[in-house]
Amino acid sequence: MSNHLKDITLKIWRQSGPNDAGHFESYKVDEISDEASFLEMLDYLNERLINEGQEAIVFDHDCREGICGTCSLMINGQAHGPERATASCQLHMRKFKSGDSITIEPWRARAFPIVKDLMVDRSAFDRIIESGGFITSPTGGAPDANLIPIPKPVSDAAMDAAQCIGCGACVAACPNGAANLFTSAKIAHLNLLPQGQAERFRRVEAMVETMDEYFGSCTNHGECEAACPKEISIDVIALANADYRKAKIKNRKQLARN
Amino acid sequence: MAQVLHGRGPVTATATTTRKRRPFLLDLYSTAVGKKYAMAITGIGLMGFVLFHMIGNLKMYFGASDLDHYAEFLKKLLYPLAPKGTVLWILRGGLIAMAVIHIHAAISLTRLNRTARPVRYQSERDYQVANFASRSMRWTGVTVFLFLVWHLLDLTFGVTNTVGADGEFIRANVYDNVVRSLDRWPVAAFYILANIALGIHLFHGVWSLFQSMGWNNPRFNKWRQAFATGFATVVVVGNVSFPIAVLAGVVGG
Repeated sequence: MSNHLKDITLKIWRQSGPNDAGHFESYKVDEISDEASFLEMLDYLNERLINEGQEAIVFDHDCREGICGTCSLMINGQAHGPERATASCQLHMRKFKSGDSITIEPWRARAFPIVKDLMVDRSAFDRIIESGGFITSPTGGAPDANLIPIPKPVSDAAMDAAQCIGCGACVAACPNGAANLFTSAKIAHLNLLPQGQAERFRRVEAMVETMDEYFGSCTNHGECEAACPKEISIDVIALANADYRKAKIKNRKQLARN
Repeated sequence: MAQVLHGRGPVTATATTTRKRRPFLLDLYSTAVGKKYAMAITGIGLMGFVLFHMIGNLKMYFGASDLDHYAEFLKKLLYPLAPKGTVLWILRGGLIAMAVIHIHAAISLTRLNRTARPVRYQSERDYQVANFASRSMRWTGVTVFLFLVWHLLDLTFGVTNTVGADGEFIRANVYDNVVRSLDRWPVAAFYILANIALGIHLFHGVWSLFQSMGWNNPRFNKWRQAFATGFATVVVVGNVSFPIAVLAGVVGG
């Protein structure tokens, strides 16, 4: 049976634009179904605010099924809230109790400037992806399935890394505002596979160095792994670190041949 | 608190790098990942130092002549192939260089990390796995450094040590100097405190270096933290036993 939570107090970050100082504002939400998702709860609040002639709270959301990486809320001091391996959109109100006070803040990082309220600009991630460039792949007729043999553990590891949805929770959770988990996941998922080998070392160098322009550095707290809605392991960071070292040597050797 | 939104840069779809090519080590050191390599490699060197420093000091349990003879042995490393003290100074030079690089990397990475989040979280963070050791690396590091300065003034230069029976500090009388220094309980307390800070620093640092060096293998991953804990414990227990032994009269009593 559906149950209704009463008297949820929300403390939400309101900021009218990138250059506004911003502040917390309190809202009461009464009678919210515990079957509502966290974002539906915000929708419900926004409906009310609009009906009252107030400005709705701006927050990022898209697929609402935990696969697009658009939602980005710092809920009670945790990226994506208290539930492990869950994006904000898949967090449900049944995880909270009547009378709870919930604080919602945007991601905070120099590379993620606040657009408005809870929405941040994550295009620094796009810069990293762009710097990674292309992979060489033959065009023409569709290749036969399983033409390229890949050991099962390798493809599993690559797919684990490829689960990254680029939500930015790793940066948000990191005490240093580092993007090593994101960048390393992207590096790992291509570098482990045969298809990614041709550009492997150029890609690592370019991506790591682009990351440096925006983000902090990894000090191995492991907060990113705990916050990641896809549970990507910090093992990929070690893999990217190793590849970066190899890239520095191999790329120089290749340049020397020119 | 002016923040600038990133524009949409030109999408080239190719990995181009416009960075100037520097000598290999400088080039590696110029990025955050490279600096972490520097921290890890110098960290390994400094780990070797703290371990052998502790093992060497265990000689004090065999008495004055053993410890003083060990100090003499360090001076005579590879003697007579190398003149007295040469090898020791080469080792010291390496240690000083490693400490300088370790500290420089730590300071520049800390500054990078501070600028990466100019506006802090305005509500309380709820950390899940970051522990006291990982969160306090900067402070345990600073504590160990300050202790190191004092330790050198105390037992190498004799500035903060009390003078011996003949009225002057004689560096070669290692055993006497140690006993006279650690017999003062505030000194012993500082010594113990600094070594606990060192232990906390090692607890996170030794584990962390595996990640920074890219040493990650499902076969030994679970041993990385165990190794760090074990290493930190051995060093701290060994070091902390010295002031306790002196105060208890086991050494020099």
